[in-house]
Amino acid sequence: MERITSPETLQKRIDECTSVFQAKIKGEGGKRAVVVCGGTGCIANDSVAIEEELVRLIKEKGLEDRISVNHVGCFGFCSQGPFVKIFPEDTLYRGVKVKDVAEIVEKDLIGGQVCENLLYVDPVTHEKVARQDDITFYKKQIRIALHGCSLINPDKLEESLGYDGFKALKKALTTMTPQEVIDEVLASGIRGRGGGGFPTGRKWQFAANVKADQKYIVCNGDEGDPGAFMDRSILEGNPFEVIEGMMLAGYAFGASEGYFYVRAEYPIAVERLQNAIKDMEAAGLLGDNILGTDFSFRAHLRLGAGAFVCGEETALLNSIEGKRGMPRPRPPFPAIKGLWGKPTCVNNVETLSQIPFIIREGASAFNSIGTEGSKGTKVFALGGKINNVGLVEVPMGTTLRQLIYEIGGGIPGGKKFKAIQTGGPSGGCLTEKDLDTPIDYDTLVARGSMMGSGGAIVMDEDNCAVDVAHFYMSFICDESCGKCSPCRIGTKRLYEMLTLVTEGKGTEQTLKDMEELANVIKAGSLCALGQTAANPILSTMHNFPEEYIAHVTEKKCPAHVCKNLMSYQIIKDKCVGCTLCARNCPVSCISASDVPARPMVPGKPALPGKFAHEIDQSKCIKCGSCMAGCRFGAIVKQ
Amino acid sequence: MNIKPEVKKGIEAICDSYANEPSPLMMILSAIQKKYGYIPLEVQEVVSEKTGIPVAEIYGVVTFYSFFSLNPKGKYVLGICLGTACYVKNSQQVVDKFSSMLGIEPGQTTEDGLFTIEAIRCIGACALAPAMSINGKVYPKVTPDQVGKIIEEYRKLGAEA
Repeated sequence: MERITSPETLQKRIDECTSVFQAKIKGEGGKRAVVVCGGTGCIANDSVAIEEELVRLIKEKGLEDRISVNHVGCFGFCSQGPFVKIFPEDTLYRGVKVKDVAEIVEKDLIGGQVCENLLYVDPVTHEKVARQDDITFYKKQIRIALHGCSLINPDKLEESLGYDGFKALKKALTTMTPQEVIDEVLASGIRGRGGGGFPTGRKWQFAANVKADQKYIVCNGDEGDPGAFMDRSILEGNPFEVIEGMMLAGYAFGASEGYFYVRAEYPIAVERLQNAIKDMEAAGLLGDNILGTDFSFRAHLRLGAGAFVCGEETALLNSIEGKRGMPRPRPPFPAIKGLWGKPTCVNNVETLSQIPFIIREGASAFNSIGTEGSKGTKVFALGGKINNVGLVEVPMGTTLRQLIYEIGGGIPGGKKFKAIQTGGPSGGCLTEKDLDTPIDYDTLVARGSMMGSGGAIVMDEDNCAVDVAHFYMSFICDESCGKCSPCRIGTKRLYEMLTLVTEGKGTEQTLKDMEELANVIKAGSLCALGQTAANPILSTMHNFPEEYIAHVTEKKCPAHVCKNLMSYQIIKDKCVGCTLCARNCPVSCISASDVPARPMVPGKPALPGKFAHEIDQSKCIKCGSCMAGCRFGAIVKQ
Repeated sequence: MNIKPEVKKGIEAICDSYANEPSPLMMILSAIQKKYGYIPLEVQEVVSEKTGIPVAEIYGVVTFYSFFSLNPKGKYVLGICLGTACYVKNSQQVVDKFSSMLGIEPGQTTEDGLFTIEAIRCIGACALAPAMSINGKVYPKVTPDQVGKIIEEYRKLGAEA
């Protein structure tokens, strides 16, 4: 690519790339374009092979001059993947398998007809929906952070330039002073998307006010909150947007070096980010005197190595410095003394991805969306017991009911909604009574949870509140860095107490002790990990006191999850004696009783020599294999 | 244990390739872990000689991060995701099934050196819950009754290699 050395050459490239990109999605000259989802979720479902098969067949039919194929970033609607989308018709095919490719090529690309069987079916109206924008899941969404995701090829700088990329950078470098950039970000009202919710503009202002020979901007891509994957999808879908956001930050407060810190668990995101940096260097968009101005900027990439605490900004800085990822006491805050002792701002991936929009479209385009205290849009990762698992970007102030039932499509299998956990291991759960609360930073905290990074895990009646708290506590115990004792020792003791409760060995005193210790950990820990570690326990104790009481007084787990407090039973009246459960049982604890089995086909005699089976509870390891395999509904949890 | 001269050379080359980076220790260790599969004390000593960072400090970093390992891992690392979305969809049962079929606990390696079971942190594939990753390849919606088939598949692959 020709090097971009001035605002004029950038504008020329933007114009060229925009007309190529628009021609592609509008199908000018009778051409058509096929895009395949290349997000982690769809790749795990063979989308790479789908893309290869498309390329092969299109070549075989001699259509490569008329039909282009490439991959794009995450569509967000991961439970329906892999996706194949056709331009200019905007037809979206879902759940595509390699064997379906021939049909797409024959019927749609050659025959011009829609492949009905690959369309999304609306679960409420049962109608087939051909266009992406007509699917309920997408209707309420506004894509600012996810701009370009599922549309542009994340491996091609040209596609980014053709879809709004680097317009904000040009605007800032040619028409705005650094202070004007900070003012615009302040006016937009954007708050940190990584969890803390601190106003981004104020953070930049702090760093701008410090005089130093070197400053750093660090992008926090250590998305550790289990169940959240928006940073991964943004980096996979449009890495250029995040780099542009980082450069705008660097310009605003005077940093010439930027570091990306990305989890090693995200190999695809890492690879695309690396490619993007390389391509931008080659094009002259990173390096010295960008666009011929005085602004120079370099971006570097560092990988995490599996430590949740490194999502905490000072621990992250230690990790970049090659140390154990332990938090530092604050103050001094990183904006004063951060990476290698220099003023540093640490911003989340999603925050930086929204900055180009704010600069390009202006603060008012951003702050006209959202609520009083929380402006703009937020990406949520809907997961757990919900029909439409995926990533959604909605205005702040959307209610949980809209999120779960309208966009998320409700709970699968007709089960009852129990709770939604937001904010991951630092957050809490919200229940039925909170469903109509508009969600923003402040309302979530007022309701005993927090925004966190935007992970939202839905639980149904089959999930046990105590077990979920136990799960989070074991996570925190593993991830506590060990620097301060309230967190290191306190979380371990809390985990032990919770274990007693899940095993039916706890008493009401245990519950009181837990609550007391939880508050001590909250008050006494050094960093946010410890200060919020007890939230899942306090929040479940507050919302589901009756479940905790049942575990300690009746020694029962109402949701039949805690292994010591439940058992599998065979209902003899329903058992046909097929022996499948006995054969599946890994510890051979199921055998025939002396009760004759019921007939396999109602009205016909029972099979001769068949007896209803029973489980030897003393040997049972409660693995559930028997129940999972039973085709007659004869095995239940009690 | 003495490390082979060619391994020592390889490690020194890795150290050299990051010589111009500020604070390169994490990058060096990641590269060694990726190439050799583990970072025993003897290797840490080589890194120390090359970089001037005390072994104690290197050991501290190696043992802090879950990606770094002091012991060799199996040929196939069976990583079962225990992120929240997978956990509420019963990924613990998948871990238990692998454990009982292979006779090892998470974190351990089978005697033949073929398999290591790891309960891993969220891999961000929450729509595929419960998900697992075998040497980086993600498997969607794993149920306990698929476990036997997965083990067989990789035993065969291991025997062919």
